[in-house]
Amino acid sequence: MTDQAYNFAYLDEQTKRMIRRAILKGLAIPGYQVPFASREMPMPYGWGTGGVQVSAAVLTPADTFKVIDQGADDTTNAVSIRTFFERVAAVKTTTVTADATVIQTRHRIPEEPLTEGQILVYQVPIPEPLRFLEPRESETRKMHSLEEYGLMHVKLYEDISRHGHIATSYAYPVNVEGRYVMDPSPIPKFDNPKLNDMAAIQLFGAGREQRIYALPPYTQVVSLDFDDHPFEASKANHCCGLCGSADSYLDEVIVDDAGGRMFVCSDTDYCEARQAAGYKGKDAA
Amino acid sequence: MTPLLSVQGLSKRYGAHIGCADVSFDLYPGEVMGIVGESGSGKSTLLNCMAGHLAPDTGQVVFDTRADGPQDTVTMSEPARRMLSRTDWAFVHQHARDGLRMGVSAGGNVGERLMAVGARHYGDIRGKATDWLERVEIDAARVDDRPTTFSGGMQQRLQIARNLVTGPRLVFMDEPTGGLDVSVQARLLDLLRGLVRDMGLSAIIVTHDLAVVRLLADRLMVMKSGHVVEAGLTDQVLDDPQHPYSQLLVSSVLQV
Amino acid sequence: MIELNDVSKTFTLHNQGSAVIEVFNDVSFRVAAGECVALTGASGAGKSTLMRMIYGNYLAQNGEIRIGDVDLVQAAPREVIQLRRDVLGYVSQFLRVVPRVSTLDVVAEPLRMVGVAADQAEIRARALLAQLNIPERLWSLSPTTFSGGEQQRVNIARGFAHNYPAMLLDEPTASLDAANREVVLSLIEDAKARGAAIIGIFHDEAARARVCDREIDVACFVPGVAA
Repeated sequence: MTDQAYNFAYLDEQTKRMIRRAILKGLAIPGYQVPFASREMPMPYGWGTGGVQVSAAVLTPADTFKVIDQGADDTTNAVSIRTFFERVAAVKTTTVTADATVIQTRHRIPEEPLTEGQILVYQVPIPEPLRFLEPRESETRKMHSLEEYGLMHVKLYEDISRHGHIATSYAYPVNVEGRYVMDPSPIPKFDNPKLNDMAAIQLFGAGREQRIYALPPYTQVVSLDFDDHPFEASKANHCCGLCGSADSYLDEVIVDDAGGRMFVCSDTDYCEARQAAGYKGKDAA
Repeated sequence: MTPLLSVQGLSKRYGAHIGCADVSFDLYPGEVMGIVGESGSGKSTLLNCMAGHLAPDTGQVVFDTRADGPQDTVTMSEPARRMLSRTDWAFVHQHARDGLRMGVSAGGNVGERLMAVGARHYGDIRGKATDWLERVEIDAARVDDRPTTFSGGMQQRLQIARNLVTGPRLVFMDEPTGGLDVSVQARLLDLLRGLVRDMGLSAIIVTHDLAVVRLLADRLMVMKSGHVVEAGLTDQVLDDPQHPYSQLLVSSVLQV
Repeated sequence: MIELNDVSKTFTLHNQGSAVIEVFNDVSFRVAAGECVALTGASGAGKSTLMRMIYGNYLAQNGEIRIGDVDLVQAAPREVIQLRRDVLGYVSQFLRVVPRVSTLDVVAEPLRMVGVAADQAEIRARALLAQLNIPERLWSLSPTTFSGGEQQRVNIARGFAHNYPAMLLDEPTASLDAANREVVLSLIEDAKARGAAIIGIFHDEAARARVCDREIDVACFVPGVAA
């Protein structure tokens, strides 16, 4: 039952139409940042206002919605956004990746491969990958339009010169279809290969920066690198302490005051599903 | 012989004020031309119009491109012009911080133009950057330091290395020795002279320092109120100036 | 090799009441290859001015100054630069160099400009500096700190580094001791022998008599002073 004080999914229909136009344009020009008139949302900037507006614009009453924050369904941010849409859109919600039709995410891509018909909505803090080296918006727009991306490699060069390797471990820049350089939002670079050739639609919303960009299904996405320092999708060199998975992205959890720690899957749904199927890690109770 | 740069009837107005008016000249490969004049004489406007930083009202700036021969850079597409400005052209700013990325290491500053034209091998880029630091007399051990830790003279030399690493054929310089103390100026001039000769560079140098043009420039244009009042061989213009303003300019310099 | 026809020169001093000073009228003479001609005349008669005109440093108002097949009066700057690099040498009384450049490089530079390899140019520079008795310990230093006589000899070494077909020498033996004067005169004789056309100003009469084939008194070109 929708809260009657609000239109379906909180935003009014004209606003959703405006956002859908931006999304369609973004899908037509993969990786290109489309400006949109971001609305004030009932949550602070930095809590996913961009993602929430994109979700609001694409949700239909028949959808099943899932929200993850750093891979987890049960953190404050994920719970509050999920509750928000339960209240203003009355959509079904789920924590099961395969059951969801729309997944809003902060900083992760689910471990389980997404399928055609699903939509992955990313929350983006800073959409401009060139921002830290070129503060002028007028100039970065020109650089995108003219494909002047040398500066992006300067950032990676600086990484190697300072750390001996490319130390950028999240928000790792990618090139989309050989054209636009894109910030994939602060997902770990472990997830970068999943961006490529994904069957689901990927939408990126930056509320404060008022930008939407998108990757249609099966888009070629290549992580930038050097010939002698190739891109590597790295993760902690451990297995999940709970489900034993050797292939998933892990969080390091401090478990006591003596510095005891364990590594567990950041994707809670993936981990729980494996445990339910009988897989056990070394720390499992 | 085809001129490397041929400027024809270049004019730029700021409303009723004349920036530069009807400037024409040819610059041949390997030539260094100085442009002198007092502040506000239009020499920087002219330089910026030639380098594509300002759009002139009328006139042509024809550059002999490697691929397609002489092309008017005023009417060429912006991508093509920007491509020129990071390959065959270089621009040395008076203030090094206008021409450097102050938050990026010396090596990254020099390597940027290489990466901009497609270099993707870290080791090669770094090797070239180190080599260029040494050519401009900066200790190679400073390759990972940011320019904020460099002295003014070092910053200016770093800016020159950053500009010359892609082997440009034409360098625009706006008061390259301005703001540096005299001994540092001398070192920089010496360095520039060597680079110009060894790389066969052509250069256009805007300055108000007649000593700089005497040492660096083969030819000289004297500007006043946006107009070129006299042009010729540098030593001829300085030693036997013909125009009243040139005579005034030359006679105004203190003899040391 | 060097040919002047009806050359005239005036200075107009725009900032001093536009005073016009007529310096020369109808200067005409020629110097053949292998010939050395001295310009003579009292101090202030205009010997150095004429020399500078033949180098393209001062602008002639009329006539033609031909060096080989280039007319300096009409030539574009780049033609003059090319001429000075390849054909026309000039040894002035004063050394003018970039600070910080070593003496060896100062002397080798004219050769480097005409495309001689660095090591070949250095060999020639070393020979000339040794011949002119510049102590070897000074070669790596900038000549800006040298004594007047040393600077003069560095200047001569630089002027004779490349075998120019035409040369202008302004007081090449002034302020030199007997031994170095002898070296310079023999350099001039060598240049003549290889066919260089030379115009010189020599206050040193004995030197003039020894190397010059004839003399031209510039006073005869000065308006109002009939020769």
